[in-house]
Parts: sequence; structure tokens; C-alpha cells
Amino acid sequence: MTEHDDGMNRRKVLECMTWAGTGVLWTITGGVPASLGIIDEAVAAPAKGFTFLQISDSHMGFDKPANPNVKGTLEEAIARVKTLPVKPSFMIHTGDISHLSKPSEFDDADQIISHAGLNVRYVPGEHDLLDEDQGKLYLDRYGRGTQGAGWYSFDDNGVHFIGLVNVVNLKAGGLGNLGNEQLEWLEDDLKGRSASQPMVVFAHIPLWSVYPEWGWGTEDSARALGYLKRFGSVTVLNGHIHQVMQKVEGNVTFHTARSTAFPQPAPGTAPSPGPIKVVDDKLRSMLGIACVTFKQNEQRLAIVDTPIQK
Amino acid sequence: MTMIKALTRLLVAGVAAAYLHAAAPASAEEIAVKIGNFTFGPQELKVKAGTTVTWTNEDDIPHTVVSPSTFRSKVLDTDGKYSFTFTTPGSYKYFCSLHPHMTGTVIVEAQTGSAESGEQ
Repeated sequence: MTEHDDGMNRRKVLECMTWAGTGVLWTITGGVPASLGIIDEAVAAPAKGFTFLQISDSHMGFDKPANPNVKGTLEEAIARVKTLPVKPSFMIHTGDISHLSKPSEFDDADQIISHAGLNVRYVPGEHDLLDEDQGKLYLDRYGRGTQGAGWYSFDDNGVHFIGLVNVVNLKAGGLGNLGNEQLEWLEDDLKGRSASQPMVVFAHIPLWSVYPEWGWGTEDSARALGYLKRFGSVTVLNGHIHQVMQKVEGNVTFHTARSTAFPQPAPGTAPSPGPIKVVDDKLRSMLGIACVTFKQNEQRLAIVDTPIQK
Repeated sequence: MTMIKALTRLLVAGVAAAYLHAAAPASAEEIAVKIGNFTFGPQELKVKAGTTVTWTNEDDIPHTVVSPSTFRSKVLDTDGKYSFTFTTPGSYKYFCSLHPHMTGTVIVEAQTGSAESGEQ
């Protein structure tokens, strides 16, 4: 596994949970986040940054052996969120809220996630657009103030956030797809913005080529990344592959979050990307949330992945 | 008398032939395609016009069967089935709209003896 928290003991997990409070600095070097230990300055002058959360792939309605209780594990993930010492600014959900786009599945997700008491910004996964009208249900619920199939941008604490949709109009043999209309919107959205403004882009399917053989990539992501090239700090957050992966390329940090529902195999390690059944007491170590901390004057955001249970 | 007998025979034969002809589509072939491990099996299929193909999802993840402008299944959860009867000869490429790297083809040939067979 490429998971960076291999061998991390419980104390370390707690440390990263309390990053903002204790000043344990996590940084990402060469794609691998590392703890730099307690920093005195950080204690003396608490970080002026802010924190937001990422959850992904809740798959409400999934009931197969890999996890017959996806409501339970989502509840546990949200309980984790509530233990954070510093309340995150908001939460993003990177798609596959539901398994089959049923209203009852969206209801369950909304009900459980609301317990976090946070504002939630969504982008759809391919499992959220399976209703008769191919996405109308999703847009009715989560699409207020969005463009096209549900893309949008907003600013928070000086950071520009962009939610993209790469799960509609997929072509046979292809990968995730943003499409011309959305890309033109993105180009326009970025126009006139200062290159020093940090950018956070989030979408369901990875915006870099993780493993095209399993469809883990986005056909026209290069064009999107081209528009983002001039910015000094770009963080790309995705879901879809139900495991943690990171890559740093120039000013761009790519990161995928765990699912709260079931794990999927590392690229090429199984005949297909289908759910993996692990022994029950291991499941919760393969599900989790990601906590992203932005610190003024840090080029890269600190991303800490926390399993539901070690 | 013999004339009438002969005529009757002819008529019976004719009715029988017509009956057989009408029955042919009903007894047309049915072919199954399995969806497993994110692949369609068999991935390429050759069938005669009139054949009904039924896809069954054996994965723990839902899939769809979509051939743009020809057919589009609803989402198939585990054990979900979708059938389509191919009446017009041609090559039909299809894919799963959730996992577009999953692709397949159904090649439909004209019924033997048909004028549009193109296999003279």
C-alpha cells in the first residue's frame, strides 16, 4: 500500500487529529506528508490558518459483504469530525453520496452528515446521477447556485475553491470527463485572479492519471490544469478510488480521500476495482476522512487523512 | 375429387409453412452476457437478427448497458438484468456509462436467406 500512515501508532493519529491545536506541523514533501514535530513558534503564535474537511464516497444504500452497514460507518466518521479540537470552516463531499441515487439514500446521507453541524459543499459522483433524469434529483438537492451539471466556485478565508463535475457524458472507452462548457467556465472563473491566491479544486474522479486501465483519471484534465498553471499553490482533492493517493507536480498537490463505505484495491492488485472485503476489525482502518489545513504563507496545504479507527 | 384433395394438401402445406414462418421469431435465439469483474463476457458477440441478448450484473457494484442512440438500460444493481432484441443487422458498440472503460460489441447478422444478408 502507498498509504502514508503505515506504521503510524495511535498517539500519532491523535497528534494529527489535533494538529491545529498543538502545532504539530504536517507538511508534504515529495508527496509524502511527514510530521515535523512540535513547533515552539506555533505554540507561541497559533497558526492563522483555517481548516476544512473532506469526506467522500458514502455510498448510502450499499449493502454488500464489503460493508453491510454503510450508515454506521458514516455515523462513525461524522462522530470523528465532532471530536476535532478546532471546528473546521466547512466540509466538502467529493461525491458518491448515494449508491443508486435513491431519494431515501440521499435522505440518509443528509440526516447523518447534518450532525457534523458544518456547511457542506458537494460535487456528484457517478452513483449520484442514476435517477431517471440522469442527475435531476442531485441538482434539485445539491445544485442550488451551481452551473451546468453542478459546478461552481467560492472563496473562503482568501482561498478560491472550485467544485468540478467530471462524471457526466462519459464516452465509451474513456475516462472521467469535464467537457468544453465547464472548461470554458473554469477559464473564465480564473481570469483576473491573482496568481498568489491559493486554489483548491475538488471533483469526484481523480484529475490526474491514477490508473486509466480502471478508468481512474479524467480525459480532459490537462486543459483544466493548464488554466491553473500560473497559480503558486494548487491543491486538487478527489474521491472515487476509495484509498489515499498523493502526488506532487510542480505547484500542484493531488490527493484522494478514503471512502466512508468500503475500500477498493490498489491499482492493478486485483482483477477489477470492485469493493474489497477485509476482515471486520480491519475495515475501519481503511475508511476515513481527510482534514485539510491552510496556513498563511505555506505554499502547500497540510492534508491529514484519519481512519475511522486505527 | 383428386383435384380437391391436391388443393387441400397444398392449402394445409401452405398454412403449415406460414405457421412455421410466423413461429420463427418466437423461437429465436436468446443469448446471455455476464457482467463480472467490470467486464462484459463475452466482450464480442455475433448474433442473427431477432436475437434477444440479456445482460446480468454479477458484480457488487452497479453497472449500465448503453449503446448511444440504440439502447440504454436502467442502472443494474447486483443480479439486475437487461434485455434487448436486435432486429436490424449491424455492429452495436456498447459500454457501461458508470465505468466507460467497460466496452462490448454485438454484431447482428441478417437471418439466413434474407435479401439484405450481404453475404452472397
